[in-house]
Amino acid sequence: MMHLILPLFVLIPFTGFVLSLLLNRRAEMALSRVAYLTAALQAALITGFIGAWALRGFEAINVKEVSVYSTEGYEFFIDLYFDRVTAVYLFMGAMLTFLITVYSRYYLHREEGYKRFFNTILFFFTGYSLTVLAGNFETLFLGWEVLGLSSFLLIGFYRDRYLPVKNSVKVFSIYRVGDVGLLLAMWMSHHLWHENITFHKLHNYVLVHDQLEAHSLVGIFISLAVLLAAAAKSAQLPFSSWLPRAMEGPTPSSAIFYGSLSVHIGVFLLLRTFPFWEHQFSVRVLIGVLGLATSVMAAGTARVQSSVKAQIAYSSIAQIGLIFIEVALGLEMLALIHFMGNAFLRTYQLLVSPSVVTYLIREQFYHYTPREHTFEDTLPKRLEYTLYLLCLREWDLDTFMYRRLWNPMKRLGRSLDALNINRSISILLPLFIVGLVALWQVDRMNDALRHALPVIMALVGLVLVLRAFTERKHVRRAITMVIMSHFWLALAISFNEHFDLGHSAIYLSGAVLCGVLAVVVINRLRRTERNVDLGRFHGHAFEHPRLAFLFLLACLGLSGFPITPTFLGEDLIFSHIHPDQLLLAGLVAFSFVLNGLALIRIYARVFLGPHVKTYHEVAYRSA
Amino acid sequence: MDTVIKQEEDLAFDEHAVLHELKHYLPAQAPLKDFIHHNTLHAFQHERFHDALGRASRIFGYKVYLTVNEYRKLHREGRIKSDVLDRVIVEHHGINGLAGWKQKLLEKPYDNSIAPRIGSLRAHWKRDRRVDLDALTHTLLFRVLNSYLDQGIAIWRFPVWDKGFLSSVRELQRHAWSGLLRGERAIGLLMDEQVSLARLLGILVGDETLFADYLFDQQFAHSGWSGLVSVVEDQPGTLLDQRRISLKEVILLELLLEIDALDRQFPKGWKPLAEGMNHRPKPLFGPAPQAEVDQVRALWQEAFEWSWYDELLAGIQMSGGAERKALPSAQGIFCIDDRECSLRRHLEHLDHGFDTYGTAGFFGVEFHYKPEHGKFHTKVAPAPVQPKHMIKEVDKRHKLARDVHFTRHTHGLVAGLLISQTLGFWSALKLFVSIFRPSSTPGTSDSFQHMDAFASLTVQHQGLFEEGLQVGFTIAEMTTRVENTLRSIGLVKAFAPVVYVVGHGASSVNNPHYAAYDCGACSGRPGSVNARVFSQMANHPEVRAQLRERGIDIPYTTRFLGALHDTTRDEIVFYDEALLAGEQVHAHERSKRAFLAALERNAKERSRRFISIDSTLPGETVHERVKRRSVSLFEPRPELNHATNAAAIVGRRALTRGLFMDRRSFLNSYDPDIDPEGERLLGILNAVAPVCGGINLEYYFSRVDNQKLGAGTKLPHNVMGLIGVANGIEGDLRPGLPSQMIEVHDPLRLLVVVEQDPDVVLRTIKKVAATYEWFGNEWVQLVAIHPHRRSMHRFKDGAFVPYEPLLAEMPLASDVLPLLERVEDNAPLTLIEA
Repeated sequence: MMHLILPLFVLIPFTGFVLSLLLNRRAEMALSRVAYLTAALQAALITGFIGAWALRGFEAINVKEVSVYSTEGYEFFIDLYFDRVTAVYLFMGAMLTFLITVYSRYYLHREEGYKRFFNTILFFFTGYSLTVLAGNFETLFLGWEVLGLSSFLLIGFYRDRYLPVKNSVKVFSIYRVGDVGLLLAMWMSHHLWHENITFHKLHNYVLVHDQLEAHSLVGIFISLAVLLAAAAKSAQLPFSSWLPRAMEGPTPSSAIFYGSLSVHIGVFLLLRTFPFWEHQFSVRVLIGVLGLATSVMAAGTARVQSSVKAQIAYSSIAQIGLIFIEVALGLEMLALIHFMGNAFLRTYQLLVSPSVVTYLIREQFYHYTPREHTFEDTLPKRLEYTLYLLCLREWDLDTFMYRRLWNPMKRLGRSLDALNINRSISILLPLFIVGLVALWQVDRMNDALRHALPVIMALVGLVLVLRAFTERKHVRRAITMVIMSHFWLALAISFNEHFDLGHSAIYLSGAVLCGVLAVVVINRLRRTERNVDLGRFHGHAFEHPRLAFLFLLACLGLSGFPITPTFLGEDLIFSHIHPDQLLLAGLVAFSFVLNGLALIRIYARVFLGPHVKTYHEVAYRSA
Repeated sequence: MDTVIKQEEDLAFDEHAVLHELKHYLPAQAPLKDFIHHNTLHAFQHERFHDALGRASRIFGYKVYLTVNEYRKLHREGRIKSDVLDRVIVEHHGINGLAGWKQKLLEKPYDNSIAPRIGSLRAHWKRDRRVDLDALTHTLLFRVLNSYLDQGIAIWRFPVWDKGFLSSVRELQRHAWSGLLRGERAIGLLMDEQVSLARLLGILVGDETLFADYLFDQQFAHSGWSGLVSVVEDQPGTLLDQRRISLKEVILLELLLEIDALDRQFPKGWKPLAEGMNHRPKPLFGPAPQAEVDQVRALWQEAFEWSWYDELLAGIQMSGGAERKALPSAQGIFCIDDRECSLRRHLEHLDHGFDTYGTAGFFGVEFHYKPEHGKFHTKVAPAPVQPKHMIKEVDKRHKLARDVHFTRHTHGLVAGLLISQTLGFWSALKLFVSIFRPSSTPGTSDSFQHMDAFASLTVQHQGLFEEGLQVGFTIAEMTTRVENTLRSIGLVKAFAPVVYVVGHGASSVNNPHYAAYDCGACSGRPGSVNARVFSQMANHPEVRAQLRERGIDIPYTTRFLGALHDTTRDEIVFYDEALLAGEQVHAHERSKRAFLAALERNAKERSRRFISIDSTLPGETVHERVKRRSVSLFEPRPELNHATNAAAIVGRRALTRGLFMDRRSFLNSYDPDIDPEGERLLGILNAVAPVCGGINLEYYFSRVDNQKLGAGTKLPHNVMGLIGVANGIEGDLRPGLPSQMIEVHDPLRLLVVVEQDPDVVLRTIKKVAATYEWFGNEWVQLVAIHPHRRSMHRFKDGAFVPYEPLLAEMPLASDVLPLLERVEDNAPLTLIEA
């Protein structure tokens, strides 16, 4: 009985989401009603469910729902899992979504994008529920992708201003880094268990213990990959600075996403995988140290913030750092309570944050003391000033990712400027055909060549994506490069292992379809707009919202978002990379991440940001 | 005005002059707690309205009108009337031009795009050098500024604060291992205390003729912060926790940050901007010829304005204007504020003997107010007035409520741990309550808290001086003030038993702009103290004796009673009711009932614009919901404030008593018969032009360009240092009004209607140049109504010309309230049957 109810917790939000898509964008009352009733229904059901489940003694439930694709030695299936962690996260999700949707009902009245807001909230809610119910990595990754995308959409809710769009792309890029972690963890654990293991099985101590005994390095690799994903999503070091920058949407959306639910998902991932790394002492130490370092950094940074939302964001990060420590110590209950308290507290604080002026000015008026002594005053001057400035600049974390990761990549990509589309097609297409022919003859090759070829081809794929990522002018050229890179990756993997060409077909089908759609949309746009390139933001969504939506869908499909078989294909492709091919796995994972980023960048540059046309009100860039 | 049309004759860079001009053009909005409405384009006020708008648009890229298509839509909807449109076109282009221009206005396609000059010089960094200086410098600059000026958000404050801005930065840089600047050159320049703007500009720009424009480009890339710095520089007292800072210091730091960024970007060296620039942008303030579309929009704007003005003037003409003869049952003096217009109408409707008057809501008594236990005093008088008196509150009963959610403990590491594990669940409860049963919390801005109703005020001077201010007023000072106010509104005889003096304030929560909702004439504070002080003065026996000598005989049976009307909640509190005696008590009981009923009706009238309230519900229910809005965290529109304001009427109430004006008029009482020379009128217009005109134009510009001249939507706003709001954590400050305040506003200039002989009016406005500028340059429009002949005269090009309203008929109703239930937008003006 219970396992029949479990899928409802995904279906209810999803139904709400679909319903909200169908409503007219002017129908404010209906839109908000769908949203809060969806959340209310979920909240009621989960409350009852938890009660019934408690009566049965809190026993974890695992349900294998559907097998999406299965072939020899590989099965992609949706699996749901319910335990204490799920119970708490699911309850919090339904509760806070309910409160926030009721809150936003009037708060967003007359706002341009009322519908978009509730669509995105419900989309997020669906992704969140799926993530916390996920019973295996594949299902979790599905929800995870939805979370990342809905975050991007909500941060960039005010899509006609520069900063929200810039920051939404920035946050998306950090989420993508987290995705690498998850992809690699999935890949390696597939090889470790020779199946898509469920989280339920991880609780089997003997099984886990035996496997890790035999493959301790693999175990550590997986744990680190999981930690990377968790740290990125929960704004731990070195990723922390994205959280305050995510506060660009309407206050309630910031409250629910970045005050409470979204930012605690990293903690969830750790709790969910705890049985796996529980006996890896070094990993536990690392998680604890990371949490501690983040806490100290964030608490200091919070102390110097002079804008209220940044202050709350860093305070929250500091608490999440402490939760990481609790998780590392194995204090699951404490971590869950801490999560709930922190989520409620920060949500409420963010919601009342505009009141801070009234309150603190009044406090100041009646209780002003010229200057309060803080403990920093006792520090030596040099140390005090240095620390203050470091905290003020957020320890340069915001520029860190750019200086260390994206900028070198951009430089690399720019150095490939010579690679224009005609030239690359004239070189790469024959090469590709040669590659196909070679594939036919693969058995005759010597081992060295056969091992080198996949890496070289994956490298070609990566170079193409890099080039797309740094393209400044031609939209269609960039899209073509992305499509081509998919083909090269497929080819690379084909060399790697004998397998059904159908796998490549699955992988490429969605990409090709969406690639064509993307090009068609751009052609359509260019019929009316002269001004379409990648050198700046153009904001064409202002006049072409439908094209913008179509193009977003195309980009998502092209980047392996779970709306086309390409998503499944990505996982399949990975299953054909051997555990000893770390380089190849890294290249492929990196290409996936970068192509998502390149496509979102294209979408943002063409359709988002301040509109190039100025016949209507356009905000300052710094506004 | 020594504006910048000097490029040709004088190309040398004059630091002092450029700074002066910059400060002139930057937004002049004070920190949030002192929000006062003003003309957003005050810098252009020395030019004629339409010319100024055209220039402002071309230079700074502001959108200054509705778009041509929006006007056409208004025309199709009948809100711009065809006959008025024809009349406007004929006025400007003669009868021969009518057909041609009408075709242009109605059909010719126009491009409304704006290509501003501002920013085009500095854009060369990006175009020629591929370096985005804004991205490299803004975040840090804003942060340093915000941290330095912060009034109490940060827990660990800017470590050096008492030396002035740049010296503090210098001190930090000197002693920190890693400072704000990284490169040796920039640090060296910072440490050189003699360094000038010209020297840094020499390094960056290279060509002296471009220095001024470069600074404009740079500062207008973040006009919010620069404007705020400029205001704080000029009025350091606007911050309770004062800071020394100047625009020049900020520019110096920004130039250094730019040099530093460029040094890092180009380690092998770089050339100044001017070198290698293939073409020069047009000088910022060079001549800016008008285009046809400007004329078209100006014509449309005038037609839009006169469509409504004409309705108003026709209504005034038709509504009679006969003086009532019977003795009043009660009298009330209200603020001129447009929000009091409807309350007065309802009072008069419920009690035909109730006479209402309007005057600026500080009631002519200007002072600083210091509440008990307050560490500061706050000015409660119009912005330009500098009071020399102080009124203190004593024997307060009320205690301040506190809320741990706003405290710093929640941000500490260990305290945060404990709090989030405990208080966190308390927050959940509060969250529930605040969403489903909103009620007042410590975060609410509550107008009634401004002064404790049971505390006393030190109205009479007892020889005490504090902080350079005289505590209380002497009898002579009181007498002058009471006399001035009473004479200016024409209340000099036939006093009722109770004369109400009703100040106003507003209550809201989650509203950083709360000060904009209170009384503008009290510098963004509620008018309760002023109302009470005025009443106590007017009740003072010695003051009455002196007034009697000056010809104003207030009988001892009359008592002035202070009150505060909360415009958001539609509630009222009366002060010192216990001192009423005899007949006054009964009269007050009766009037109080009228007040309560009028407030309920007022709430109902207002509710038609609130989507969350069904206006057809019973008055009591509607009123409850209106009250609830004021304490709802999720309600970004607790009230609509001055939205839709369009006129200011200076004259006897009889002029408009029979006319429903839909809360769109400021009403200032004035009796032309007792002021034949216009002396009182001058005082009134000196206030009406800048105060009502300022409110009106701030609404106008925030409405037509909510992005560049307004604050945009308030939903993503983030409070910066308690002094301003920004989007997200990296945005520039957003001065102006948020979209939620202006969305229902029709951008019309203010029409000032004065009941007085046009010759007297003309003589009067010419007496003060600053006041004349408003009328002469047509930033507000002016019509005089002759007090006896009833003829109307429109002020145009420096002279009065006769005006005949076009509108011949108007709807008639005995009570407009039922009609309003079904109107959501602006309601048609309606004659009210007596």
